[in-house]
Amino acid sequence: MSYQIKNYKNSLRWLTDAVSLSTGKKYLMGFTGFFLIMFLMVHLFGNMLLLKHDGGLAFNAYSKSLLTNVLIRVIEIFLFAGFILHIIFGITVSIQNKNARGKQYAVKSNITSSFFSRHMIETGSFILIFLLIHLKTFFYAHRIMDSNLTMYESVVMAFQNIYYTGFYVFIMILLSFHLMHGFQSAFQSFGLNHNKYSPLIKIIGLFYAVVVPGLFALIPFYIYMEKITLQ
Amino acid sequence: MEITLKIWRQGSQESKKAKGAFETYKLNDIQEDMSFLEMLDVLNEKLLHEGFEPVAFSHDCREGICGSCGVVINGRAHGPLKGITTCQLHMRHLKKFTTLVIEPWRAKAFPVIKDLVVDRSAFDRILQAGGYISVNTGGVPDANSILIGKHIADEAFVAASCIGCGACVAACPNASANLFVSAKISHLALLPQGQPEKHHRVESILKAMDKEGFGNCSNAGACEYECPKGITLKNIAKLNREYFEAVFSASLEEHPTHAHHGKGDESMHVGH
Ligand code: HEM
Ligand code: SF4
Ligand code: FES
Repeated sequence: MSYQIKNYKNSLRWLTDAVSLSTGKKYLMGFTGFFLIMFLMVHLFGNMLLLKHDGGLAFNAYSKSLLTNVLIRVIEIFLFAGFILHIIFGITVSIQNKNARGKQYAVKSNITSSFFSRHMIETGSFILIFLLIHLKTFFYAHRIMDSNLTMYESVVMAFQNIYYTGFYVFIMILLSFHLMHGFQSAFQSFGLNHNKYSPLIKIIGLFYAVVVPGLFALIPFYIYMEKITLQ
Repeated sequence: MEITLKIWRQGSQESKKAKGAFETYKLNDIQEDMSFLEMLDVLNEKLLHEGFEPVAFSHDCREGICGSCGVVINGRAHGPLKGITTCQLHMRHLKKFTTLVIEPWRAKAFPVIKDLVVDRSAFDRILQAGGYISVNTGGVPDANSILIGKHIADEAFVAASCIGCGACVAACPNASANLFVSAKISHLALLPQGQPEKHHRVESILKAMDKEGFGNCSNAGACEYECPKGITLKNIAKLNREYFEAVFSASLEEHPTHAHHGKGDESMHVGH
């Protein structure tokens, strides 16, 4: 048998070939997942302005500044692409994984792997539903429809609704579950697993998975409680 | 000890159904010091005497080295103990159970042949795609002509201790074969003899793995938990790194005709 160097003729076929194999998909999930982790942190810093007692002054100024920043608008395209790829590949691998078992075991063990790792598609799907609602309330209303409310008013209105706030908090718990496995798992996907640093990654991952969704959930909870106590 | 067995029967006259079903058996003269497979031998003897077809299960060495004896016992590959194969499991380890549910490995890529016996030839085809090195058989090399660090030799040795039992696939929530494949990739990529072909190996071995219909790895770690030979997720990390490196290096493809030597840097001879 003889082999020749594959000529990709300056196309991106080498990349689509690479993510067509399972390990390539894994890299893509890890890469987009990690990108989303970075995004969540930036998003959280912005949201924390909602807790400032200034009637939304700082928050509105911040959300306006995002609109006029070219760099942010470019990153936004990558953000949408990152979400879409993460979702499409997440659903694809999950369907393949379900099919790969064939007949299910009559008795299943749940001590050999973590609950979080086994339910990434379930937690992810709920996050997806949330994402669509979230985009409708904020992105669609302000960016597509040109709402005459300020961003701060939109946020406060949404979070004064007990169902919206309840759902938001519920989703943040699921996001925490997603990240309990996801954070550390992304590094393993990149091939980074060593006694030197893996214990640290795991600790940072757990910390992130608790603190970031926790702070996100605190905001609507706070706004809702404020409404109740003012009544 | 007394024990109730629920055993998956498929493709034998016992089950009558091609789809397979569980059959229940009771044994009441089992000694604690019997091995699990000896307990199945006792059951089969009894079935034969009563005119029934014995339960088919694979076994060969019965000392934990051949990898053929895999079954799932109460949801655990090779039974509830860590780091052993089914043949190393003894009835005294199962004292806390009154019922044992015994199932074959479940994976699309491991179809059931009969009862508890599955076809693991998918593993053979994966290894045929790259689980080897091409060497020219010249004279006997001098001792220590290839230097390998002790820690590297040790790591390669641990990776090479995979016995191809398939417990990783059986235990994985996705029926993924990544642990098995990563053991082979690590073993060969760590050693100088495996390095010349390592980029092509990882690409063709992963292609073969996906083609067999195994699932994707989701880093759940059930494989590592159940592997009787202590192959760890670090090997899968190594597999991922090797793949990354291969993707960003030249890829090889099989050429329809024989490539000629000296055709310029576009062609390259690997193997023969
Ligand atoms: C901000 C939101 C999200 C973040 C931060 C996030 C983060 C992550 C991370 C870090 C991983 C681990 C990747 C790896 O193991 O290499 C992951 C895996 C996964 N995510 Fe997400 N994710 C998010 C949203 C979603 C959504 C909306 C879905 C919807 C389908 C989803 C589905 C999945 C699935 C199925 C996996 C497991 C993939 C596998 O088994 O290999 N995620 N996510
Ligand atoms: S990696 Fe472990 S569990 Fe998987 S086939 Fe090899 S020895 Fe068996
Ligand atoms: S019979 Fe050989 S490993 Fe169990």
